[in-house]
Amino acid sequence: MPSNLEMHGASYAPNQVTKPEPVQAIVSKPLTLGERLWNRGEVRKGLLLVVLAAIWQVYAMRLDNPLLFPTFTSTVEALWEGVASGGLLSKTWHSIQILLVGYTIGLALAALLAVFAITTRVGADLLETLTSMFNPLPAIALLPLALIWFGLGNLSIVFVLVHSVLWAVALNTHSGFMSVSTTLRMVGRNYGLSGLSYVGKILIPAAFPSILSGLKIGWAFAWRTLIAAELVFGVASGSGGLGWFIYENKNQLEIPSVFAGLFSVILIGLLVENVIFRQLEARTVRRWGMQH
Amino acid sequence: MDAPLLSVRQVSLQYRTKEHLVTATYRVSFDVRRCDRFVMLGPSGCGKSTLLKAVGGYMQPVEGAITLNGRRIAGAGPDRMMVFQEFDQLLPWKTVKGNVVFALTSSGKLQGRDAEEKAMHYIEKVRLAKFADCYPHMLSGGMKQRVAIARGMAMEPEVLLMDEPFAALDALTRRKMQDELLQLWEETRFTVMFVTHSIAEAVKIGNRILLMSPHPGQVKAEMISDGTDPMDPATGLKLTERIHHMLFADQVEDEKEALDA
Repeated sequence: MPSNLEMHGASYAPNQVTKPEPVQAIVSKPLTLGERLWNRGEVRKGLLLVVLAAIWQVYAMRLDNPLLFPTFTSTVEALWEGVASGGLLSKTWHSIQILLVGYTIGLALAALLAVFAITTRVGADLLETLTSMFNPLPAIALLPLALIWFGLGNLSIVFVLVHSVLWAVALNTHSGFMSVSTTLRMVGRNYGLSGLSYVGKILIPAAFPSILSGLKIGWAFAWRTLIAAELVFGVASGSGGLGWFIYENKNQLEIPSVFAGLFSVILIGLLVENVIFRQLEARTVRRWGMQH
Repeated sequence: MDAPLLSVRQVSLQYRTKEHLVTATYRVSFDVRRCDRFVMLGPSGCGKSTLLKAVGGYMQPVEGAITLNGRRIAGAGPDRMMVFQEFDQLLPWKTVKGNVVFALTSSGKLQGRDAEEKAMHYIEKVRLAKFADCYPHMLSGGMKQRVAIARGMAMEPEVLLMDEPFAALDALTRRKMQDELLQLWEETRFTVMFVTHSIAEAVKIGNRILLMSPHPGQVKAEMISDGTDPMDPATGLKLTERIHHMLFADQVEDEKEALDA
């Protein structure tokens, strides 16, 4: 059976070092500008946004009913007017301030609850029971009660915001803590760490991917709850934020301004997600290879 | 002869699964002396890893006592550094250097510049100085284990506990790591307890080999090794073969018992 061996020639002889052939194919070459641009998430998403805006514009123009569905350009115009007159900006700022207060308090309470849950068994039971009770309860459903308890002030809104943030963040943090590998836990104890320094130096960074997604979910919940609360709340009080802006303009049938209000909610959402959280991710979990 | 560094006396260890109370080791005794390369060898279920965890302070014996320098071991601590089999034993949020420095600072052993110098010294010893600023996810499995070894050695513990540290590596890397470990030992003469289920690895790494039998874990024999796998003049068998026979004989007996029953 000489055929096969002979066909392949001497290079298949055993115990012989073969010289590598000169490579004909491309070993590595830089990508073209277009390919590199397309590889950037911001570019792809930006393009998507432009396409969506174009669809909006075309649809609204064909509908030709600014009371039902204003065009993209008239919405941008209303947005610009709102910003220029200062009303929209100050109302947005008012909303963001309350949001940050509620969000921060919610995070602090969630942290307390999660730490209590990871250090004691009763704490874990408490967290599991409380979250399964309150997590499904929409925060806005508590607003009537909050209005009775805390009156027609910002305190009521902060209360519902805390409720909307607390459970989601606590649950995510807790499940993050629980999924830290036994090996890493043992390493932490090997260094003699215990109690809060163990939680802070081992558990929190090790559970950071879950904590981060909890932070994102909490932010989104808080933002939604805030706008909804302001819509309800605005009826009773004049000192509203963005939700009140939307409500007020609806009453005056300034539909492009209603759209402008909704548009700013979306813009802030995009900004927070794509700038703040994206940066946080790039500096932490992506850099550490815990998320790709 | 000096008093032993670590002494394990009549130690029984038990752990609970969901349904069973398992006795991992039953009345095991041995001593580890300073600068020993003490290998615990046995099939799975012989309690060698559990025993190492008990020495690490992660579990308490239900019977007997483990003492280090005459003091009973009460919990985990930086005087007994563990090197695990798993690659995820490095903190992913710290660089190679950060991992070693963090071990030194968080245990309160060294601070600031001293910690960094000590860390770099041992990172150079495992030949990873070039990768000092890399994060663990950028390293290969073998490199991660080398960082873990550097971290363990930098702490200059009384005893370095290694739980099958090379078991997840490919065969070539594994042999290289064994050579490197022996080289490091030649340089610094640390005391190491090493758990493995590979006979060849035990003979190569250890100067003393504790042979254990399973269900529950008990000491079967203790062998002396010089790393060369010498022929025994009485039996004409190499050390690895003798160990193999002892472990294998056990299995045959077990099967006989099972047949008789």
